[in-house]
Amino acid sequence: MSRKIPRHEYEKTLSFRLKQWFEGTKDPFLNTVEMKPQTERQKDEDIDWKRKREKRQRIEAIYDLAHNWEIRSFQKFYKVFSGLFCLFLVAMLLIAVSYLPSYGHPENPANNEVARRYIESGLEETGAVNIVTGMILDYRAFDTLGESHVLFIATCTVLILLRKDKKKDDNGKDVEESDRIYEPKNDVILQTAARVLVPPIIIFGIYVILGGHLGPGGGFSGGAIIGAGLILYLNAFGFRKTERFFTGKTYKILSVSALGCYCLAKSYSFYTGANHIESVIPLGTPGAILSSGLILVLNICVGIVVAGTMYTFYVMFRKGGY
Amino acid sequence: MQVFTNILLIFLIICAVAASLSKNLLNTILIFMSYSLVMSIIWILLESPDLAITEAAVGAGVTSVLFFVTLKKIHAIMKADKKEEKGHEQKNTET
Repeated sequence: MSRKIPRHEYEKTLSFRLKQWFEGTKDPFLNTVEMKPQTERQKDEDIDWKRKREKRQRIEAIYDLAHNWEIRSFQKFYKVFSGLFCLFLVAMLLIAVSYLPSYGHPENPANNEVARRYIESGLEETGAVNIVTGMILDYRAFDTLGESHVLFIATCTVLILLRKDKKKDDNGKDVEESDRIYEPKNDVILQTAARVLVPPIIIFGIYVILGGHLGPGGGFSGGAIIGAGLILYLNAFGFRKTERFFTGKTYKILSVSALGCYCLAKSYSFYTGANHIESVIPLGTPGAILSSGLILVLNICVGIVVAGTMYTFYVMFRKGGY
Repeated sequence: MQVFTNILLIFLIICAVAASLSKNLLNTILIFMSYSLVMSIIWILLESPDLAITEAAVGAGVTSVLFFVTLKKIHAIMKADKKEEKGHEQKNTET
C-alpha cells in the first residue's frame, strides 16, 4: 500500500466512491434512495365493507338515486357509451394509421420530395428568409396551432391543480407571508440587477419574435425569453408591482385572443389554399420586416401565448393565484 | 472546432451522470442548468440557433426556476441542507 493518506480517510473521498461505483462493488443508490418492495396490503374485510357502504350511501344521498331514475339510467348509458366511444376512437386511429406510408421507407415522399420542395421553393411560397420558420408557421402551421393549444391546456391543468381559492382559504395571508421567508425582501442587489437587465431581456424577446421570419428565433423562443424577463421582474419587485399590468384577467384575455387570432388567420389561409383562391395578403419583399404574409402575425400570437404561459406557471407555483 | 465540440460533449455526459448521482436536490438542479447551457452551445455548433435560443431560455431559465420554487415549497432548500449536514456528521461519527 503506497497511499499518501490513510485507508479510512481515502474511503471518504469522491474518487474512492466513484471507483466503487465503476467497478460495481457498491451501488450508490442502495440504502439511500432505494425503492422498497411493496408489502402486500392486508385486507380488512370489515373496514372495506364499511367504506363501500359509506360511499354508496353518500352517492345515494347526494343524487337521490332511489327516486331519480334519470341519473340511474344515465349512469348505465355512460358506462356503455364510454366503452363504445373508446372502441370507435381506437378503430378510427388504426384505420388512419393503416393509410400512412410505411415508416422509414426510402421511397416515401417525406424522405425526398417534401424536403426538396421546402428548400427549393420555400422562400418564394412563404416569403420567409428563415426556412425553419417558413416550415413550422406556413407549411406545418397546423402542428404549431396544436402546440399552442397544448401549452394552453398545460396552463389550465396547472391552474386546476395549484390554484387556491381565496374565499375558502382562511389563513391565506399566512401562506403568502411564509412564501417569502426564504428570500430577502426588497433585496438591493437583485433590484438593481433587475432594473438593468429586465428591459434588455424583454426588448430582446420582442426582437426575437418580430425577427422570426428573417433570422433565428420565432414565437416560442421569444415568448420564453419575455416570460423569463417577467419572472425576474416579479422576483425583484414583488407581486404588487406586476399585478398592476399583468393579472389573471389579462392572461385570460391575451391568450384567448391570441389563440383565436391564430385560428382565424390559419383558417383563412387553409380556406384559400383548399379552394385555390388567391390570398389577399401580400407576401412582400423577402427580408423586409413586413413580409412573408401571415407568419409575422402568427409569430406574435404564439409569443403572447408562450410568455403568458411561462409567467402563469411561475405565479401558480409560487402563490397559487393572481 | 472539433476539439471544442468533443470537450463540450464530454462535459455534457459528466453533467448528465452527476445530475443523477448527486444527493442534494439543489445541486442536481444547478447541474441540470449547466447541462442546458452546454446543450445550447452544442445546438449553435450544430447550426440550429433557433433551438439554441429556446434551450437557453426554457431549459436553463424557466424550468430550473420552476424547480427552485417547487423545492422551496417542499422546504428542501434551506432547512433540509442543515439537517442533511447534521445527518452526515452523525453518520460519519457512527461509522
